[in-house]
Amino acid sequence: MPTIPLPSGHLAWRRRTPRAVLLRWFGWLLGVLLVVQCWEIMNADTIWEFVYDAPTQAGDLLGRMWPPRWSVLEKLWWPLWDTLNMATLGTALGVVLGVPVAFLAARTTTPSLAIARPIALLVIVSSRSINSLIWALLLVTVMGPGVLAGIIAIALRSIGFIGKLLYEALEETDPKQIEAITATGASGAQRIAYGFVPQIMPTFAGISVYRWDINIRESTVLGLVGAGGIGLQLNASVSRLAWPEVTVMFVAILCTVAVSEWVSARVRAAII
Amino acid sequence: MLRVRGLTKTYRSGDKALDGVDLDVPRGQLMALIGPSGAGKSTLIRCVNRLVEPTAGEVMVDGSPVTGLGGGALRAARRRMGMIFQEYALVERLTVMENVLSGRLGYVGFWASWMRRYPQADVDEAFRLIERCGLGGMHDKRADQLSGGQRQRVGICRALIQNPALLLVDEPTASLDPKTSRQVMRLLVELCAERNLAAIVNIHDVALAQMFVQRIVGLRAGRIVFDGAPDALSTETLTSIYGEEDWNASRPTEEDEEDEAQARAIATRLAAEAR
Repeated sequence: MPTIPLPSGHLAWRRRTPRAVLLRWFGWLLGVLLVVQCWEIMNADTIWEFVYDAPTQAGDLLGRMWPPRWSVLEKLWWPLWDTLNMATLGTALGVVLGVPVAFLAARTTTPSLAIARPIALLVIVSSRSINSLIWALLLVTVMGPGVLAGIIAIALRSIGFIGKLLYEALEETDPKQIEAITATGASGAQRIAYGFVPQIMPTFAGISVYRWDINIRESTVLGLVGAGGIGLQLNASVSRLAWPEVTVMFVAILCTVAVSEWVSARVRAAII
Repeated sequence: MLRVRGLTKTYRSGDKALDGVDLDVPRGQLMALIGPSGAGKSTLIRCVNRLVEPTAGEVMVDGSPVTGLGGGALRAARRRMGMIFQEYALVERLTVMENVLSGRLGYVGFWASWMRRYPQADVDEAFRLIERCGLGGMHDKRADQLSGGQRQRVGICRALIQNPALLLVDEPTASLDPKTSRQVMRLLVELCAERNLAAIVNIHDVALAQMFVQRIVGLRAGRIVFDGAPDALSTETLTSIYGEEDWNASRPTEEDEEDEAQARAIATRLAAEAR
């Protein structure tokens, strides 16, 4: 923080230098100009008559969605079960593949900083940068529609999530405990088993349950691109304009997600 | 027993932590290593078991070199050196028994240790040591449930179950209260005598060291500046190790008085200005 000598002989104490103040004002001005410019571009592509009409349209849609056609529920149990399985198996596969990637990526456990670590980080980044829905889209194209494509899509996205959070946990372990294990003459694998594993166990359990919870939500939409589960039914009903069925599906998805969040919150509370 | 010749460690930052240290510790001797913070005490004992890689010099334990070893040979050498740490360095989420048995990791294979299937002889020895160190009945407690003194005893058990020839002890009492410190030091002395172990103990508390050990080595800026019996440690030698300080009393020195006078003057002036 700058101090400025005053003519009176005192030292003024300011938060920023005059130059920094000017620069910040200029920055804000640029920001405002950018917003105005973006508004212009957005306006050019919007058909405002449709927007004015939106409340009427929404009301109309809601009217067609009501009353819900509850009879469709009996057709939903099986796809819901598929959705749950897709999330659970996908998470399990993601854990199995993500854990070794985390150990390769962590500075503290990687066998080679020059080769293994960059490769593991690349795997994590590529898995994280692509949404499950896009993974599913690719996989359905490659291996045809069905639950298997969904499971693999979920797993591929989970590798990055689990790998990243776990490798950060591995890098934040207490080095003293590791040093003590090393000093006993333990081998590399034993250092991991006794030094690292006990330290990351709570984090690992928390991450896995959290990812399972996210995956349940994601797997409900994977059907939209043909990867099985309740999303497939949803897509079919929307295509047939069977809005009363769509209402029932929304309720079913909402209940499933609520239950999964409750379960994962309970499990995490039990571990931590 | 332990033989160190010309041990030098220069850190990558350019700091010279050790500068040609020569040291011999015979079997059965408990040796205290004293010196100011940053003198290289921790670096010295970590160079002996190569948790820190020395830049130059030689370390021999029982006539066989430790420097220059790699892989399995280094691990076998480390088994013979038990280490005890300042803040215990127990694996917090493992039980007392698991922590003690982790001292056998150099002897058992990976799967045996992963499945916690240690040889019965190791388990017997672990129970015996836990009892010997006054932790009887606590083998199933988790390390993070223990008090400081209890944790340090678990640390001692872990070092002893290695069946070491040499103990490397890094500030064993720095985190403990005065009474527990003495108990831990007494335990170390007894155990070294029982097992005829050589031991290097890094310690800040000179009075505590003088009370328990047979030999004191003073380290300053990476060089040994004193080596002798505890009684031989005079005011002059302490000054040569730690620098100028009044070693006999805690009465205010001239310098303190000057500081105090200055502080009083400032206070008076501030009070006057406020008026």
